[in-house]
Amino acid sequence: MASPIDLRGTPNRADQAFRGIAIGAAVLVLLVLALIALEMSGRMGPVLDKMGLSYFTSKRWSPAEGLFGALPFLWGTLYTACIAVVLSVPISLFVALFVTQVAKPKWRKPIVYVLDLLAVVPSVVYGLWGVLVLAQPLQKLFLKIHNAVDGIPGLQTIFGGSPQGRSFMTAGVILAIMITPIITSLAREVIETTPQNEKEAAYALGATRWEMNRASVWPHSKGGLVGAVMLGLGRAMGETIAAALVIGSSIGQITLNAFAPGNSMPAVIANEWGEAGELHKSAMIALALLLFAITIIVNLVSSAIVQRSLRRGRGSL
Amino acid sequence: MRHPGDPILAISLEPRLTWRTVKNWIMTGLMVAAFVAITIPLIAILYSLVSRGASVALRSFPEFFTATIPVVSRRAGPGMGPAIVGTLLCTGGATLIAVPLGILGAVYLHEYGKASKFAKVVRFMAMVMTGVPSIVMGLFVYVLWTMKFGYSAFGGALALACLMLPIVIGATEQMLRLVPDHMREAAFALGASKSRVIVTVVLPAALPGILSGCLLAIARAAGETAPLIFTIGAATDYNPHLFDNANTALSAQIFSNATSSFAAAQERAWGAALTLVVLTFLLTLIARIVAARFAAKR
Repeated sequence: MASPIDLRGTPNRADQAFRGIAIGAAVLVLLVLALIALEMSGRMGPVLDKMGLSYFTSKRWSPAEGLFGALPFLWGTLYTACIAVVLSVPISLFVALFVTQVAKPKWRKPIVYVLDLLAVVPSVVYGLWGVLVLAQPLQKLFLKIHNAVDGIPGLQTIFGGSPQGRSFMTAGVILAIMITPIITSLAREVIETTPQNEKEAAYALGATRWEMNRASVWPHSKGGLVGAVMLGLGRAMGETIAAALVIGSSIGQITLNAFAPGNSMPAVIANEWGEAGELHKSAMIALALLLFAITIIVNLVSSAIVQRSLRRGRGSL
Repeated sequence: MRHPGDPILAISLEPRLTWRTVKNWIMTGLMVAAFVAITIPLIAILYSLVSRGASVALRSFPEFFTATIPVVSRRAGPGMGPAIVGTLLCTGGATLIAVPLGILGAVYLHEYGKASKFAKVVRFMAMVMTGVPSIVMGLFVYVLWTMKFGYSAFGGALALACLMLPIVIGATEQMLRLVPDHMREAAFALGASKSRVIVTVVLPAALPGILSGCLLAIARAAGETAPLIFTIGAATDYNPHLFDNANTALSAQIFSNATSSFAAAQERAWGAALTLVVLTFLLTLIARIVAARFAAKR
C-alpha cells in the first residue's frame, strides 16, 4: 500500500544546505571571539617572557630600554572612563527624563535625531575637534578651576596645578560627549518600562512630577540604569582615537591630577604602533588583550543587568 | 500647628507655591538644561567642521576630492582623493562580507535556533561582540591577516566587517521578529520548503528594515579609524586594489594630520573630516528615510 502524501516532507538538499550556511554564519560570531582570545594571547609570549608579572605591576614603560609596565595605562583607562561617566551620567539621565516626560510627543523625534547625530559623528572627528578647538579654552578653564579650589584638600589634588590642554580631563570630556547618546537611549528604554499604573498611583497621591519620578520611576528602573551606565563605562574604556588625540600621551604617569597629561591603553597602542619593534608590538597586543578582557567583563555584567531589568519591567505590566 | 480660629478643613486645589512645586520646577529646568547642554557640542563641532572644512574643500574644488595627498605633509594644497577611494574600498569590502553573513546569522537565530540553548549563546555573544573595542578588532586582524599577507584595504575591510557583523545580526533579528507568523504559515501551507519560505517570503517582507539597519552599521564603520591604522598601512597615491599594497582612508588621514603642527596638514584634516561626516550623515539620513517608509507601509 502506497501512501500518496508524505506529510513529514522530503529531506530537501537545498534546504539542508541553507540551514547549514545559516548555522555557519552564527558560529562565526563565536569563532571570531574565540580567535581574538587565542590568536592574540599567542602573541603575548615575548613580552611576558621578558617582563613576567611585572608587566601588570610596573610603572615603567620605556620601549627604548625594552621595559614594559602596563600599570599607568590601566590607570589612565579607568580614570578617564570614570571622569567621562561622572560627567555624562547626570546629563544622560536628565535628557532621558526630558525626552520621556517633559517634551511634547511631536518634539520627541527631533530630540532623538540630535542624539543620533551625536552618536554618528566619527570618533576621529571628536578627537580632531578636541585637540584643535576645545583644548585651548579648556586649559584656561582648568587654570581657573585650579585657582578656585587651590588649598582645599582633596579637590586641589584632583584639580591640580599646571593644567594642560591635553589631559585626563580633556579626554574625559570628549568621552563623556561620545557616551551620552548611548547611555541616554538605554536609559530611555528602561524608564519607559515603568508601568503606567504605578506612575498614576503616585500622581493620585498628589505627587509632583519629580516626586513621581522618585517614587515610581526610580525604584522601578534603577537596576537598568546602573546597567546602562556600565555599558557607557565599557564604551569609554575602549574608545581609542578620540582619547589618543586629546589625552596628552604622557609616559608612566599615575596621578590623581585630572589636569595632567595622561595616557590610556587604547591611546598608547594607537600612538606608538607606527614606530614599534617586535617586543614593543607584543607588549601592545598584550595591552589590547587586557582591554578586551576588561571590556568583555564590563559588558557581560552590564547587559545582564539591563536585560534582567527590562524583562522584569515587562513582566510586571 | 492649628490655632483655635482656623477652619478645620482647608483644601485648596489651586497650585500653591511650596518647596515641593519649586523643586519640581527646578528639576524640570535641569532636564531642559541637560538637553541644551548636549546640543552645544554638536553645534560647536558642526560649526567648526563647516567653517574650517568647507573653506578648504571649496577653495580647491574639485581638486580636493580628486588630487593625490601631498607626500610632505607641511606642503599646502589639496588632495584627499586616494583617502576617499580607500574609505569606499574598506567600507564596501566590509559591507560585502558582513551584511550577507550577518543576515544569515540572524536568519539562523530567528528562524532555526529560536529559543534553543545554542541560539541563546550566539545571541548573547553577538551582544558582547558589539562592545569589543574597535582597536582590539584592528589588532586581531593585524595578527590574523596583516602579519601574513601584508597591508591592504582588504585587511581594513576584515576589521570593519568584524565590527559590523554583530550590529547587522542584531538589527536583522529585530526586523525578522516583526514579520508576522501567518505569512510563514501561508507559505508553508502552499508546500514551500523552509529555505524557500525564508528567501522568498520572510526576507523580502523584512527587507526595508534590514536595509536601514545595515546602512546604520555601514555609517558607523565608515567613520572608524582604529581598525584601519594597523591593517591598511599608509599611502598617498591612489590604490584601487582591494588585496594589494598599502592604502589610506579619510579617517586615517584625519588622525595623522590632526596632531601635525603644520597649518596645511590641519586644513586637510578639517576638509577630510567634513567629507567623512557628510558621508556618514548621508548614510544615516538614507537609513532613516528607508525606515520611515517601512514604518508607513506597515
